Amino acid sequence: MINRTDIQAAVEARLAKRYRAEGRFRMFGILAIMAAISVLILLIGSIASQSIPAFRVNELTLPVTLETARVDPAGDGSEASLRRGAYNSLLQEALRDEFPEIEDRGQLRELFGLYTPLNSARLQNQVLANPGLVGRTIDFTFPISDDADLYLQGLTTTSGEVAPGLMATPSGTSGEVRIFANSNVFSPIVSDIRERLATQAEELEDRAERYETRAANAAGEDARVSLTREAEQARTRAASLRALAEPGSPSVDMSPELPSRLIRMNGGIVHIDRITDSGRTAEGRVLVALESTTPGDDWTIWTLDTPQAERRITDAQIAWAETLRERGRLETGFNTYLFTNADSREPELAGVLGAVIGSALTMLVTMFLAVPIGVATAVYLEEFAPKNRLTGFIEVNINNLAAVPSIVFGLLGLAVFISLFGLPRSAPLVGGMVLALMTLPTVIISSRAALKAVPPSIREAALGVGASRLQTVVHHVLPLAAPGILTGSIIGLAQAMGETAPLLMIGMVAFVADAPSLSVGGLTEPATVMPVQIFLWSDGAERAFEPRTAAAILVLLALMIVFNAVAVFLRRRFERRW
Amino acid sequence: MADSGTRSSTVYHDAAKTLQGKITLDGVNVFYGPKQAIHDVSMVIPDRSVTAFIGPSGCGKSTILRTINRMNETIDIARTEGSIRIDGDEVNSKAVDPVILRARVGMVFQKPNPFPKSIYDNVAYGPRIHGLASGKRDLDAIVETSLKKAGLWDEVADRLDQPGTGLSGGQQQRLVIARAIAVSPEVILMDEPCSALDPIATAKIEELIDELRENYCIVIVTHSMAQAARVSQMTAFFHMGDLVEYGPTEDIFTNPHEPRTQDYITGRFG
Repeated sequence: MINRTDIQAAVEARLAKRYRAEGRFRMFGILAIMAAISVLILLIGSIASQSIPAFRVNELTLPVTLETARVDPAGDGSEASLRRGAYNSLLQEALRDEFPEIEDRGQLRELFGLYTPLNSARLQNQVLANPGLVGRTIDFTFPISDDADLYLQGLTTTSGEVAPGLMATPSGTSGEVRIFANSNVFSPIVSDIRERLATQAEELEDRAERYETRAANAAGEDARVSLTREAEQARTRAASLRALAEPGSPSVDMSPELPSRLIRMNGGIVHIDRITDSGRTAEGRVLVALESTTPGDDWTIWTLDTPQAERRITDAQIAWAETLRERGRLETGFNTYLFTNADSREPELAGVLGAVIGSALTMLVTMFLAVPIGVATAVYLEEFAPKNRLTGFIEVNINNLAAVPSIVFGLLGLAVFISLFGLPRSAPLVGGMVLALMTLPTVIISSRAALKAVPPSIREAALGVGASRLQTVVHHVLPLAAPGILTGSIIGLAQAMGETAPLLMIGMVAFVADAPSLSVGGLTEPATVMPVQIFLWSDGAERAFEPRTAAAILVLLALMIVFNAVAVFLRRRFERRW
Repeated sequence: MADSGTRSSTVYHDAAKTLQGKITLDGVNVFYGPKQAIHDVSMVIPDRSVTAFIGPSGCGKSTILRTINRMNETIDIARTEGSIRIDGDEVNSKAVDPVILRARVGMVFQKPNPFPKSIYDNVAYGPRIHGLASGKRDLDAIVETSLKKAGLWDEVADRLDQPGTGLSGGQQQRLVIARAIAVSPEVILMDEPCSALDPIATAKIEELIDELRENYCIVIVTHSMAQAARVSQMTAFFHMGDLVEYGPTEDIFTNPHEPRTQDYITGRFG
C-alpha cells in the first residue's frame, strides 16, 4: 500500500530531473538562437565590410576646354554634329595639361589609363543636354579608373616613406636622371634586394632538390628525364639569382618582381631603376617633373611593397594619382554611380540601377501572373472541387511541382515561351513568366493552407443565412484567409526575386549596359535582375567588382527587407480575429 | 419495440391532433459514405411551436436537423434519401435551390459564429445578399427589428459599428439569431444553441425562443432534458439513428411509451 508521503517523495525525486530536462531544453534553444544570430551577424558583417570600397569613389575634376571646332565639327550646333565631337581627345588633353612633361607615347598611354574612355560619352551627354557649353571651359568630374581607385583607397599595396635627411643632387628635372647622394643612403635598398634574391634562390634550390628526389624514385624513363630537366632549370635560375645577389657587385637592377622604390624630391617623383656606385647613386626616370636640380636634404624614398608585376596599376600611374590628389584634383565621395548607372565593363561606372529595374519589372509580371492564378486555383481546389481521384492527382502534382529544380522551369521557358511563342530573349516579360511558373506551387500550397485554417463555422454561418458558395468564399473565407495568402505569396515572390538559375536559361544573364525603361515597353527590352547581376559581378575580372558584388548583395538584401516589411504591414492591416 | 412503419404512423397522428404541421419528413435516410446515420425517419413538425430533438451523443439528431435546410450537402460524403417538405414544398430535390431554401430556413449553431464584421453588418448580411432591402433606411429598419426581436437591441444600439466578435457569448448567440431572423425565415433550426453559454445567457436565449415561437416554426437540438422540457411543445427522442418516440413534450417526459425513452429521460444511459 502506497501512502501519501511515499507518493510525495517519489514525485519530488523525479521533480529535480524534470526541471533539469526543462532547463537543458531551454538552454539548447537559446544556444541555437544565439548561433543563428551570430552566423547572421558574421555573414552580413563580412558582406558589409567587403562592400565598403564600393560605396566610395575617387573622382577627378579637370578643366576641359570644349573647343568649338572639335566638339561641333559641322559648326551648326546640331545634335548630329555634336555627336561627332572628339570628346575623348579633349579629356586626354585635359589630363595631359596636368603633366606636360610626359612625352613618351608609352607613358602617355599609361597616363590615359587612369580613366576609361567611356567617360567621353558622359561628357558628350552633358554637352548634348546643354549645347550652350560649346566653346567654354568647364570643370568636368569623372571617376578615376577602378585600379587607381583601389590604390587610392589603400587596397592595392602598403607603402612607406622614409626621409634620409642627407644631401642629394638630381642630375636633371625630366627624362632619365641620376640622383647623387653624399653617402651610401641607397645601400639598405641594395641589401634588401639581395636578401630577397637570395631567398628566391634558396626556394629554387629547394624545389630542384625535390625534383631530384622524385626523379631518383621515378618509375618511368620519361618521367625521370623530364623531372631531371626541371631540376636543372631550377638550379640554373638559382645560380643566376645568387650571382645577382652576390655582395661586392657595384650595381643592382630593380625589377618589377620586387617592391618598387620612388624618390620624391623638389616637387617631383623619380622611379628608381638601378642603384650604382655602392649605394651612392640612384638611376631612374622622372614620372613627375622636378622643379629644379637644386641639391637638398628634403627628399624621401617611397616604397611600394607590392611588386608592380603583382598589381594592375603601374608605378607611374600611382605617382600620377598621388600627384593629382596632392593638387586637389581628386576628391573622394559617395559612389552615386553604383545607384544611377546600369551595368558597365568598367567597375567605376558600373551600377545596379538596370538590375533593380529589371527585377522590379520581372517581379511585377510574376506577381500579376502567379498570385491571381495561384489563389484562384487554391480557392477552387479547396472550396469547390469535388474530392475525387482527378483532384487528388492534381494535388499531388502541385505538391511535386514545388520540389522541381528551378532550372527546369528555365528550360521550359526557353522551349515554350521563347522557341514556341517567339517571345524576346532576355526580357523581363519572359523572366517573369518563368518565375511565375516556379512561384505558383508555393502560392497554391500556402493559399490552400490559409483557406483550410478558416474555421468551418464561418462557412456554415454564411451558408446558413443563404449565401451561395461563391458569396461565402468571396465575402467571408477569402478575407479571413488573406493574411495567410499574402504571406505565402510574398514568400514565393521573395524566393523568385532571389532566383538566378531559370533566368540563365532564358538569356537574362546577358550584359545589359542600358537600364530598361520602367514602363510596359520595358517588359520586352533586354534586362537583367539583381541576383544575376551579383552572379555576373562575382565573376568579373577586375578586382573592383569584388566590393561591388558585396554592395549589390546588400542592395538585394535591402530590397528583400522592404518587400517583407510591406508584407508584414499588409498582414497587420488585413488581420482580423474571429 | 414496434416496427418502424407502425411507429412512424403513430407519430403522424399524435402530431396532427394537436398542432398544424409545417415540416413533414417522410422515410428519411441519411448516409455518410457507406455508413447509415439515420434510419427511415418520418415525422411532422408543427408550425408556431418549438420542437426539441433529444437523444444521446451521436444519435443523429443534429444530422436530421441539418437535412431540413440541406446543410448536410456541404459535407461531400453525405447523402440524403426520402422526402422532406415544408408547407408541402419538397426540399430534398435537385430542383430546389439551397440558397432559396436557406432563406426560408434559418439556422443557429452550437458555437456562436458571428462574422468578423460589425454588429450591423452581421445582421445586414443576409438581407443584403438576398436584396431584401430597397435602401439604406430600409436596411437600418430590418437590422433594428431583427435585433429587437432577438432581444439584443437595447444592449448594442449605440455600438452597431463595433465587431460582433467583441460581444459576450450569450450576446453573440442572440446576434446570430438576429442574423437568422433578418432574412424573415419561416423555420429556425437551432443546433444546441446554449451548450457554450452560462446559465444566465441560457435563460435569456430560452426566453427568446419562447417569444419567437409565436411567429416561427422552431426546431431545437439539445442535450439538456430540462431545456427541452422548458422550451418545447413537442419532443422527439432519437437513438442510434432511429426516431424512437415523438410526441407532445409533456407526454414524453411524464408518460413515455418506449422503455428506451424512459431509460434516457430518467438518466439511466446517455
